[in-house]
Amino acid sequence: MTPLHENEEHARLRAEARRFARTEIRPHADAWEEDEEFPRELYARAAAAGLIGIGYPEAYGGGGGDVSHAIAASEEMILEGTSVGTCVGLGSHGIALPPILKFGTEEQKQRFVPPVLRGEKIAALAITEPAAGSDVAGIATRAVRDGDHYVIDGSKTFITSGTRADLVTVAVRTGGAGHAGISMIVVERGTPGFSVTRKLAKTGWWASDTAELAFESCRVPAANLIGEENAGFYAIMANFVTERLYLASNCCAISELAYRESVSWARERRAFGKPIAGFQVTRHKLADMASSIAAARALLSDVVVRFLGGDASAPKLAAMAKNVATDACSFVCDQAVQIHGGTGYMRGTVVERLFRDARLYPIGGGTREIMNEIIAKLEGY
Amino acid sequence: MKILVPLKRVADPDNANKIKIAPDGAKIDTTGLEWKPNPFDEYAVEAALRLTENGATPKVRGGEVVVVTFGPKEADTTLRQMLATGADRAVRVDTTDDALDGSLVARALKALVEREKPDLVLMGKQAVDGDSNQVGQILAELLGWPMATFAATLQEEAGALLVGREVDGGVITLRVKLPAVVTVDLRIVAPTSVYSLATARTHKYADGVRFSALPAIMAAKKKPLIEVPLAELSPDTSLRIAYSKFEPPPVRKAGVKVPDVAVLVDKLVNEAKVL
Repeated sequence: MTPLHENEEHARLRAEARRFARTEIRPHADAWEEDEEFPRELYARAAAAGLIGIGYPEAYGGGGGDVSHAIAASEEMILEGTSVGTCVGLGSHGIALPPILKFGTEEQKQRFVPPVLRGEKIAALAITEPAAGSDVAGIATRAVRDGDHYVIDGSKTFITSGTRADLVTVAVRTGGAGHAGISMIVVERGTPGFSVTRKLAKTGWWASDTAELAFESCRVPAANLIGEENAGFYAIMANFVTERLYLASNCCAISELAYRESVSWARERRAFGKPIAGFQVTRHKLADMASSIAAARALLSDVVVRFLGGDASAPKLAAMAKNVATDACSFVCDQAVQIHGGTGYMRGTVVERLFRDARLYPIGGGTREIMNEIIAKLEGY
Repeated sequence: MKILVPLKRVADPDNANKIKIAPDGAKIDTTGLEWKPNPFDEYAVEAALRLTENGATPKVRGGEVVVVTFGPKEADTTLRQMLATGADRAVRVDTTDDALDGSLVARALKALVEREKPDLVLMGKQAVDGDSNQVGQILAELLGWPMATFAATLQEEAGALLVGREVDGGVITLRVKLPAVVTVDLRIVAPTSVYSLATARTHKYADGVRFSALPAIMAAKKKPLIEVPLAELSPDTSLRIAYSKFEPPPVRKAGVKVPDVAVLVDKLVNEAKVL
């Protein structure tokens, strides 16, 4: 079902993303998930197909368009590619670049953005720390000004694309305690004192690498500071609405894929003399799954339109959309495994993978509980 | 070089199970079908683009590619798709899908060629729906132009094309003087299949039809697309081919499991009578 806010351009873009994913991702999906990595060259190939720069200004090598185009393409990459890990890995710049584009100087934008959108460099965002996750204002990684440099000490964890990133947009503490003491700074690979401590093993998203990063007396040029000192918290916040829309859209695509897999399985798999789709219990399961997806999609589409139109309710609705889509995804993937029975519990079955991937979404990009805090606050109670 | 690429929209082969036949068997019911360009015609567009550029800087056009299709207003989508891929202009010959056959399309294309005066008509060897494989050949005959079919490679020379045709046991290379009609086969989109005069022989293309990025998709909306009534190109719109009846292939019967080879051989000899 085509979202109501999409037009012929979106349809064309979806078709191109589908074609790319069918030839470049799907045949390797199982292998890359098991390898916990996809080839680095895929960034350049996706960039050449016009799939990395969607939603970024053409002046910095982007493809133009907005968040509606970006999510349309990423949904098709998931639906057709089936490797969620690969798609989120390819998209890690989606959270790393916006702070640079929104608050960086012209020189910073020209230096950092085009190589990433050409697929030559990998970008990651590093906010979470071993002792500070949802509590962003509590980060402890410190950056102390020393002449033309900042000296960074601390660590970051759960960093998507972190093991291979060429540039990391890092949240650091430059001032006092709380949100007013945070800055954003770009740390480039190879900077002395910056290292990848370890590659983390996860429940899902296997094909996407996730890292723990260490900064030990890491000297970063002050020219890499994004925006004003101690104003980083706003750069982080400004990012959140689009990030939540991306995550809600991921959930819609994942649950849609799990649903499609379940429908074809239910038609094929026979029990007690007929396909299991012939049993009301299965049909009703599928009907509930389809309904959850339709509801999540409708809300997502509504928020996308409001966000693009500058509607003040967008931040609240984006938080709601993320929770609704997350719930739909968890429910649908769980039911999909149930419909597949023993096969659904086996490695190599698509829904088994999606079931694991789905578990990230109530946690990443703001937990389900934090979303509810935001909603409660914006509702005024 | 100016190249005219005729293309046809076909029902998406991935949705073959959705194809329905009208109850009276008179025609295929096209409602609800998703359309896509005939793959061989897409390959022709890709080949035409390669012939009108230098490989290294695809945005620098060294010629013009005009795409044309026959159909109702909705067929504009197919043309816009090819404009997004890189074609410069589009023409839609206004008609309905089922009032056409290869001969009528070729007659109308002849009139369009006389208007547009391309150096080359490049098209798919056949459409994947009817598999007729006629239009290129009839058009060349009507125009009195040289023709090469099933091209797997193309190399531009001054005023001519070297066309490689894959045949049993080897490749036949033809030198075709322009203007000409050339139909293409699937390997025309391999990385080293097509070279314009301006393309370095060391250049390798990405395999397949190029992707269209969002800026190209947006720009395609502004590229010229004109509509021409079919009767203006061919006052005689009569068909040479009449379809008498459509019917779906017989439903495949369920197979049987055989316990051992002896029973299998027995069935092959006595039931299937193939041994």
